[in-house]
Amino acid sequence: MKFHSKRATTLVALTLAASAALTACGGDDGGSGGGGGDDATITFLPKNLGNPYFDASSTGGQNAVDAFGGSFEEVGPTEATPDAQVPFINTAAQQGVGALVISANDPTALGDALEEARDAGVKVVTFDSDVDAEYRDVFINQASAEGIAKAQVDLVAEQIGGEGEVAILSAAANATNQNAWIDLMEEELAASYPDIELVETVYGDDDDQTSFDKTAALLQTHPNLKGIISPTTVGIAAAARYLSTSDFKGQVALTGLGTPDQMRPFIEDGTVTAFALWNPEELGYLAAYAAHALIDGDITGEEGDTFEAGDLGEYTVGENGEVILGEPTVFNADNIDDFSF
Amino acid sequence: MSASTPTKTPLTKRPAGGGDGSARTYASYARPAWQRLLLTRETAIIALLVVVLVWANVNVPNFDGPLTVYYLFLDLMPILLIALPMTLIIITGEIDLSVASTVALTSAFTGVLFTDAGFSFPVAALAAIAIGAVCGAFNGFLVGYVGLPSLAVTIGTLALYRGIAVGLLGTEAKTGFPDEWADRVTDRIGETSYPQGLVVFLVLAVVFALLLHFSSFGRGVFEIGLNDEAARFSGVDVARTKLVLFMLAGAVSGLAGVYYTLRFDLSRGDSATGMELQVIAAVLLGGVSIFGGRGALHGVIAGVLLIGVIASAMRLEGQTQNVTNIVTGVLLIASVIIPRLLSWASGRLPRRTRGDT
Repeated sequence: MKFHSKRATTLVALTLAASAALTACGGDDGGSGGGGGDDATITFLPKNLGNPYFDASSTGGQNAVDAFGGSFEEVGPTEATPDAQVPFINTAAQQGVGALVISANDPTALGDALEEARDAGVKVVTFDSDVDAEYRDVFINQASAEGIAKAQVDLVAEQIGGEGEVAILSAAANATNQNAWIDLMEEELAASYPDIELVETVYGDDDDQTSFDKTAALLQTHPNLKGIISPTTVGIAAAARYLSTSDFKGQVALTGLGTPDQMRPFIEDGTVTAFALWNPEELGYLAAYAAHALIDGDITGEEGDTFEAGDLGEYTVGENGEVILGEPTVFNADNIDDFSF
Repeated sequence: MSASTPTKTPLTKRPAGGGDGSARTYASYARPAWQRLLLTRETAIIALLVVVLVWANVNVPNFDGPLTVYYLFLDLMPILLIALPMTLIIITGEIDLSVASTVALTSAFTGVLFTDAGFSFPVAALAAIAIGAVCGAFNGFLVGYVGLPSLAVTIGTLALYRGIAVGLLGTEAKTGFPDEWADRVTDRIGETSYPQGLVVFLVLAVVFALLLHFSSFGRGVFEIGLNDEAARFSGVDVARTKLVLFMLAGAVSGLAGVYYTLRFDLSRGDSATGMELQVIAAVLLGGVSIFGGRGALHGVIAGVLLIGVIASAMRLEGQTQNVTNIVTGVLLIASVIIPRLLSWASGRLPRRTRGDT
């Protein structure tokens, strides 16, 4: 930058003068304006923005805040990583918001930042994905493992008429959630549906192509197979894609955990009659009410605390500060168009 | 540096060449020293930083709170650190896109060495910094001695180092790093709002300022950026200089990786994603020419702080990251265009005046 011209020199000189003047003004401002922040502000911090699942949970949060009065804010990183979430937690601490409702990208990495936010008086509610219990007040759990297992077993039993061979298409062989659910499904089958036989569990590794191939192999190995349960959103979509173009369409029932957006075409063409998942909108709604109850001091996160959650009714805080949303929602041709995530 | 620099004035104090090749003329020195020192892009960025700071203090709720400065420096530390060697690399006309991947790789190595291999934390950290230097040496060898373009080389190693980092840990994350080391980085200095890690940066900043602005190595860096053929003929070891600079970038990225591990108590392969662009944006905003040959560290530090202050203020205003990115992007483009416009205008106006009189 050369300042040969008087005009450019003047411009820079003016900038400098202006900045000097502003600095002078700024000097006596220190301190005022701090400590503001409406206590009823509830900030939602999902794993990342632009994710339909979290768009739905934030809509629920917004609805709840509209209902009990207060201000709602949604902030978040574009990448779902813990280091990207930390600055937003820090900002909430600086603003001194009433509560931070967060789906954590890591159980421990956010700990220090959350602790500092709580020191600054912010209540911390986790939903969908928890942090270690010492770093938050309450965790809103989408559903209990028993509830998830039972919903899927009930669905498949209803679709195949309560008897015959079924198989499970899971995620990775060492996936913690899925293995816990599969154990519970086996118990539930033995207890409630003795005429249903679980012939095989295969693993699609939450990879679309692998899940697709495993589905094909299952149907060839077990000609009498009547139903498939896939407790993973990747698996159920891949299996549905295979079934929809094969001769088994309509012959072999498929159910499990899926999202309405993924499964809509297969519900429409009749490949799948019904599947389950918790409703993220209700999850956000409940999380916002829990945050509200914490701010008002109605609950502290102790086991046995109870609070009202608007349309969802009364909830009780369980062990480790966990609140369970309830039974998963079942999606079928009648209601699938009401959901978008 | 024998006969190559006939003037006693350090090259940095020369006004921008602006790429028009007529950098060193008597006209440039016709103005008094205070004008040459103050009317620079660096001063403009520092002034802008002050304006934004004051504006945010007055207008953004909670910006003047006690936590702002503390978080600002915690967030900016890796960018501040890596911006130092990056400035030197860009002044030579090269670029290093692999720094963020090196941060992730060294963070992952710190985790593996400390948690799995059972080394003590300082040993794991020093090893990680050494690994960073090796990563940088690989870049520097390919750029300096093999003569490949740094853009291509470091796009390759950006993917390579990130791939190794993710491969090393998979979806796993290592945590549980010693608190006493984390505290040494993140605790406040006394009663101030400044984290202790800032001391490390200040020491490095002084070292890099001496290296760039007050040593023959630094004059070589500027010479390479202006014309590396000419630099070679005037006795600058171009290849070695580039190797050293990339190694420095790697080692400092390794240090930033250790910082990252401690600050978040976390070692993951996907840490610091996209940070290379933040560093480069800050360096360019700070007045370093992407074509090489000009720049100064005080401008770069102001550039990093400016980007950080804008991001912090906009988060407090509840703006999304995308809006912040748009503002930073516009500012970056403006910082490149405005000096060009000014030098174009200053090239035209006097001529017209001369013709009139």
